[in-house]
Amino acid sequence: MSATVMEVVAVRVPERSWRSEARAMRIVWRRDLIRFGSDRMRIATMLVQPLLFLFVLGAGLQTLAAASTDGVDLKTFIFPGVICMALVFSAMFNAISLVMDREFGFLREMMVAPVRRSSIVVGKCLGGATVASLQGLILLALAGFVDVPYDPLLLLGLFGLQLLIAFTVTAFGVLVAVRVKQIQTFTTVMQMLVMPLFFLSGALYPVAGLPTWLQVLTRLNPLTYAVDEMRRLVFAHLDVSAAAQQRLAPGVTWFGWRVPTLLEVGIVLALGLAMMAVAIRQFARTE
Amino acid sequence: MNSTPPPAIEVDGLVKTYGDAEAVRGVSFTVARGEIFGFLGPNGAGKSTTINMLCTLARPTSGSARVSGFDVATERDDVRRHIGLVFQDQTLDGYLTAAQNLRMHAELYGIDAGVVPARMRQMLEMVDLWDRRDSTVMTFSGGMRRRLEIARGLMHSPRVLFLDEPTIGLDPQTRSSIWRYIRALQEAEGTTIFMTTHYMDEAELCDRIAIMDRGEIVVLDTPAALKARVGADRLDDVFMHFTGAAIRDAETASVSDLSRAMVRVMSGARR
Repeated sequence: MSATVMEVVAVRVPERSWRSEARAMRIVWRRDLIRFGSDRMRIATMLVQPLLFLFVLGAGLQTLAAASTDGVDLKTFIFPGVICMALVFSAMFNAISLVMDREFGFLREMMVAPVRRSSIVVGKCLGGATVASLQGLILLALAGFVDVPYDPLLLLGLFGLQLLIAFTVTAFGVLVAVRVKQIQTFTTVMQMLVMPLFFLSGALYPVAGLPTWLQVLTRLNPLTYAVDEMRRLVFAHLDVSAAAQQRLAPGVTWFGWRVPTLLEVGIVLALGLAMMAVAIRQFARTE
Repeated sequence: MNSTPPPAIEVDGLVKTYGDAEAVRGVSFTVARGEIFGFLGPNGAGKSTTINMLCTLARPTSGSARVSGFDVATERDDVRRHIGLVFQDQTLDGYLTAAQNLRMHAELYGIDAGVVPARMRQMLEMVDLWDRRDSTVMTFSGGMRRRLEIARGLMHSPRVLFLDEPTIGLDPQTRSSIWRYIRALQEAEGTTIFMTTHYMDEAELCDRIAIMDRGEIVVLDTPAALKARVGADRLDDVFMHFTGAAIRDAETASVSDLSRAMVRVMSGARR
């Protein structure tokens, strides 16, 4: 049977090069996608919270808010913020798999392969960004229900911002995951961080005219800039009065200076890259 | 150029310390090409640390080691290209099918896509899992998983295959079939096998065995020579002879000192 001498199919492992790294990144990235695709439960459960915020909270507070939104539906206003929240949850959840892989040993298979550890981290960040953005795509599809037009340019822009934001959040999640070795610890840390990040981001309220302490905290929160660039993009495609524009999407200001969108994008991107770099250093050090 | 190929593994004065604890204290040995080398020792003897250094997962504190002719500290990538590993704990992706796991491994190692299907079929047939190639690993039993890990570790034709207790927790049938694969493989590709085991009947099947204890290699020879030296019929007795009867649970020297102290206390109480 199989114990008899085999005619061997010869294989050769090439020397490590940039192509090995590209392959490793693709493998980690694709693995995230495969997992996401096979986990319908996760896709569904991840939608519950954003939908509650968007339609239940949005509709429930509408009468209360109607006086000050200049005719804009509250749901329209919180739509970009709710998308950001969904991205944060989804991207952080994705980073959990890194902790799981460490616990269950799959990571070891990657660690002894002739590839750099940095490629694993980069692949993971890109994978998390893609998966979270796909999740966000479902929310984007609901734009029409909250009076946001299905303008191709707007949708494309929003998807681009989703990728960017999800990348940065994943980088943050990976940074935490590299340092934390147990799933329980990771979920605790995540819960401790995610809700404050969300509430202090201006996802549910305009970030102008706030009490000073809240003004300061929102400016220190990177998610504020992410929410703001999304909201600006949405409002640029809405047909609303100048007053509503001014009141609901005032933009983030630093000592009275309005932070331009490009700088906001830059902040989020730079932060993501910086956290990824730190995660790579931490990860490379583990022996 | 050297006309004779280098030995599979050459270890010279290898040391690994963690803080004050000396896990491996100057180990030296050579494993010939195509040899089945058994690496034995009580828990916490430093076997895993040694293997981790040989497969570039841990950096030696001092000393050197070459695997398939490459230095484990300075030529890590080349070492990695030429070794395969089967760990004690599972490292398969349970979400993927058997075939997907192997294909991913092949891709990770950059194996020419043209030969992957044939090679994969051969490896899966060897471990009798070809029929189950499209089932997700989650549905596999412990024995099937271990067999799949072995098939995967062999996908890239490693020169040296490290097996860290490959048969632990498996039934006798699976154990003997795993040994059949190991033999078949050695014959077909001349792969060197470096394995740890706690089963003395398996150690008996190795060409040579090294017994490690407290970070040092106590003895290294063929199973027959070792038995002759101690005057024992069974390797169990050889093992006990060289490592003593005390139970070890320790990972580091400081902890094993503690357990030794406890053994002293307990044997004192018995007196």
